[in-house]
Amino acid sequence: MSLLLEPSPAMIKEQKLYREMGLTDEEFAMVERILGRLPNYTETGIFSVMWSEHCSYKNSKPVLKKFPTEGKHVLQGPGEGAGIVDIGDGLAVAFKIESHNHPSAIEPYQGAATGVGGIIRDVFSMGARPIALLNSLRFGELTSPRVKYLFERVVAGIAGYGNCVGIPTVGGEVQFDAAYEGNPLVNAMCVGLIRHEDIQKGIAAGVGNTVMYVGAKTGRDGIHGATFASEELTEQSEQKRPAVQVGDPFMEKLLLEACLEVIHSDALVGMQDMGAAGLTSSSAEMASKAGSGIELNLDLVPQRETGMTPYEMMLSESQERMLLVVKKGREQEMIDVFAKYGLEAKAIGRVTDDRMLRLYHRGEVVAEIPVDALAKDAPVYYKPSKEPTYYREFQTMEYVPIIHNYEETLLGLLGQPTIASKQWVYEQYDYMVRTNTVVAPGSDAAVLRIRGTNKALAMTTDCNSRYVYLNPEVGGKIAIAEAARNIVCSGAQPLAVTDCLNFGNPEKPEIFWQLEKAVEGMSEACRVLETPVISGNVSLYNETNGEAIYPTPIVGMVGVVEHISHITTQTFKQPGDLIYVIGEAKREFGGSELQKWLTGRIFGKAPTIDLHVEATRQRQLLTAIRAGVVASAHDVSEGGLAVALAECLIDAQGLGARVTISGDVVSELFSETQSRFVVSVKKEHQQSFEQLVQAVCIGEVTNDETLHVTSGDACILRVSVETMRNVWKGAIPCLLKSKD
Amino acid sequence: MKFAVVVFPGSNCDVDMYHAIADELGEDVEYVWHDAHCLDEFDAILLPGGFSYGDYLRSGAIARFSNVMKAIKKAADEGKPILGVCNGFQILLEAGLLPGAMRRNDTLTFICRPVKLRVENNETMFTSQYEPGEVITIPIAHGEGNYYCDEQTLQQLIANNQIVFRYEGENPNGSLQNIAGIVNEKGNVLGMMPHPERAVHELLGGADGLKLFQSIVTYWRDAHVVTT
Repeated sequence: MSLLLEPSPAMIKEQKLYREMGLTDEEFAMVERILGRLPNYTETGIFSVMWSEHCSYKNSKPVLKKFPTEGKHVLQGPGEGAGIVDIGDGLAVAFKIESHNHPSAIEPYQGAATGVGGIIRDVFSMGARPIALLNSLRFGELTSPRVKYLFERVVAGIAGYGNCVGIPTVGGEVQFDAAYEGNPLVNAMCVGLIRHEDIQKGIAAGVGNTVMYVGAKTGRDGIHGATFASEELTEQSEQKRPAVQVGDPFMEKLLLEACLEVIHSDALVGMQDMGAAGLTSSSAEMASKAGSGIELNLDLVPQRETGMTPYEMMLSESQERMLLVVKKGREQEMIDVFAKYGLEAKAIGRVTDDRMLRLYHRGEVVAEIPVDALAKDAPVYYKPSKEPTYYREFQTMEYVPIIHNYEETLLGLLGQPTIASKQWVYEQYDYMVRTNTVVAPGSDAAVLRIRGTNKALAMTTDCNSRYVYLNPEVGGKIAIAEAARNIVCSGAQPLAVTDCLNFGNPEKPEIFWQLEKAVEGMSEACRVLETPVISGNVSLYNETNGEAIYPTPIVGMVGVVEHISHITTQTFKQPGDLIYVIGEAKREFGGSELQKWLTGRIFGKAPTIDLHVEATRQRQLLTAIRAGVVASAHDVSEGGLAVALAECLIDAQGLGARVTISGDVVSELFSETQSRFVVSVKKEHQQSFEQLVQAVCIGEVTNDETLHVTSGDACILRVSVETMRNVWKGAIPCLLKSKD
Repeated sequence: MKFAVVVFPGSNCDVDMYHAIADELGEDVEYVWHDAHCLDEFDAILLPGGFSYGDYLRSGAIARFSNVMKAIKKAADEGKPILGVCNGFQILLEAGLLPGAMRRNDTLTFICRPVKLRVENNETMFTSQYEPGEVITIPIAHGEGNYYCDEQTLQQLIANNQIVFRYEGENPNGSLQNIAGIVNEKGNVLGMMPHPERAVHELLGGADGLKLFQSIVTYWRDAHVVTT
């Protein structure tokens, strides 16, 4: 819309045009009070994006306060581009996870690709060198052509962007469930490495300093992306395709290298990504954090298209752009560094002392808003919360599966897409570039060495959303505990958490209850396991035509391996090694893979968890790993012990296992009781292992390439590793090829 | 001996190549920016993988117009060892320093995984440390590694023993005759899709790529015997 056609302030109010932009009547009245006048079209747009849930967390803020965010390793908690934790030797690790769900539902390739691009910029805006990418994906059942299309294009988009920028995608998880049919989840996480002295902040400090714009030119793409992300998906969402941005990973690579070069200059004061709400959020937030104001001359903003209005420029979410604040008089130093990479650094404004965001266009002031009103003082809502009726019903239901053929059941579970090999996915990602990847995708956690040290980093993303649906509080605890389990199994000490809270519409009390309870459970687990939350993102309104997804609080966790000799994988190592199980099985099948497979739905009670038991077991196992007495370690998760044993064998060369179980066979084999591990130990370490870890020896690794399970005197399960491998590896490619 | 790692905008395996030489081989190595016009001080030139110029238009199609390419052609004429890996191979093809062209993988997807290679010619300056017919494991990571050339070129490649590496067992990308790497007629320019610089340390899953770099050093030492 050209400037001349923009509605007048009076029209915006009378015709309630602000509603289309996502502001409520009350919020519009607040804007009027803050400004002491009616906002113009540009200002209304600026308020509406900054006060969207995506930018302001107005619905989730009261809940997010519950997270523990402090700890002895934490150097930077939530509030900046990414959180940072100390790992010793003057080094630190910066990481964050973010969602790109709505864009990916409409345009999967670009939606996923730009999700990756955004999270990379969040990490290098801190001054950190991005060293790894992870992701967490949810789709509907892999049977409909639409879901297959979304799955294939999301994976291609992640690959296309990450591979080109040259950051290895080392891990993640993919799950399939009908609850995500219309609203897939695409969460991307980036991990960066940084020296303490290089840590940057997104601040616009120093009155008179220069505001510089670097990276891609501003176009009309992504306008109102943040607002679009803060509403439910409907049949009309297809029309929002223009709100999806287009990524240019080559530009990102150049921008990344140039930004990591300028952080070493003391001319740089602050740096921030132009992410959601682009130029608006970066400028307002940088000024607000510094207690200053900012003035921009929009005529100077590099533009891709002609005739762009202030409204369009301020709301554009064009990708690969950064805002820098530079000491006055030293702009040329920045210009020179960016020029080396073929990029333009352009002075577009200055830092002021009046705490206002002031925009000039063609010689006139076109917007004038207090920065704190945009960045800090967005309305906060305390939404009503109500326990859903399904939850109460589930607490009274008992579910006991009846199994006749254990072998068939095990193979059936291994063929479930949620359990099956994700090789089809991760082989499309360059998981090795930068040559630090020691443990590649497919094990419990990915492990990367830190060049020049003897340390390594372990990282994972996790969340079993079925448990969270059945019981948000317990499911929230389990999500944190399982992530920590995966980190510990790889030989690392869990350090901290980044989370991405994917939920439905918080205006529904039952959904808000899920959010509240899940965060309470996660917070308690974070406290007990000493893994504070250092960054995160909230994605609400994940609903299609009124149906919410399962509550899905994805947990990203990073841990430090003190010495590379501690790195451990899940695969059994040699015949004769003893197999131990840590933790006993209970009859817990609510939300299990077995329940889903047998009944086609999820109901009943989530598995229970005692966080102190969890912490003790993790501590014991890590001590044993560090003592060098553990050959392999794997957590027992979806599909229970039988699936865990299969996973320990599938990647092994020429190995089998012979184990004996006692007690209820179905529970022993398939229950998803929490806080359990399968560990293999060399015979010579039997005694030292048993002194360190409370565990039960159930058998030993063999060389017959077969899994034998005995109960009492009877052999109850006997299946060749090759059969298991074929089913497990073949499942996803087979589903993608089938035409139904 | 001194190696150059040529960095184009969008190269991203430059760091891996650099560290393979510096850390595992212990030889001198320097990054050279794409606008350099002289490579005389270097004894071997390495073109790393990545996405030069975003691989826009066609992989390697823009990079071949870089300033540094004139210097690379000169070094090739002088007989210096020139190794192009992945995107580096694609650039050498586009620049006409090697014959043939790349198509998209026949799976139409990017593929990253360790693959088996057979050393078809161990009499080059890049492969002398391998046994004849040795099968080695080296990772691939590419979307366009499906090598193609016309029949006449293929016959020449075969007749001159220019096919240095073939995929052993499964062909991951559909390349003609399982070709994974070729040299020019003179034998001093090698292009290959697999990444030897990613296979130089057991911690990273294997060290079968190391011998390739050691072969280059051995060749250079033999040619520069210092008489004292």
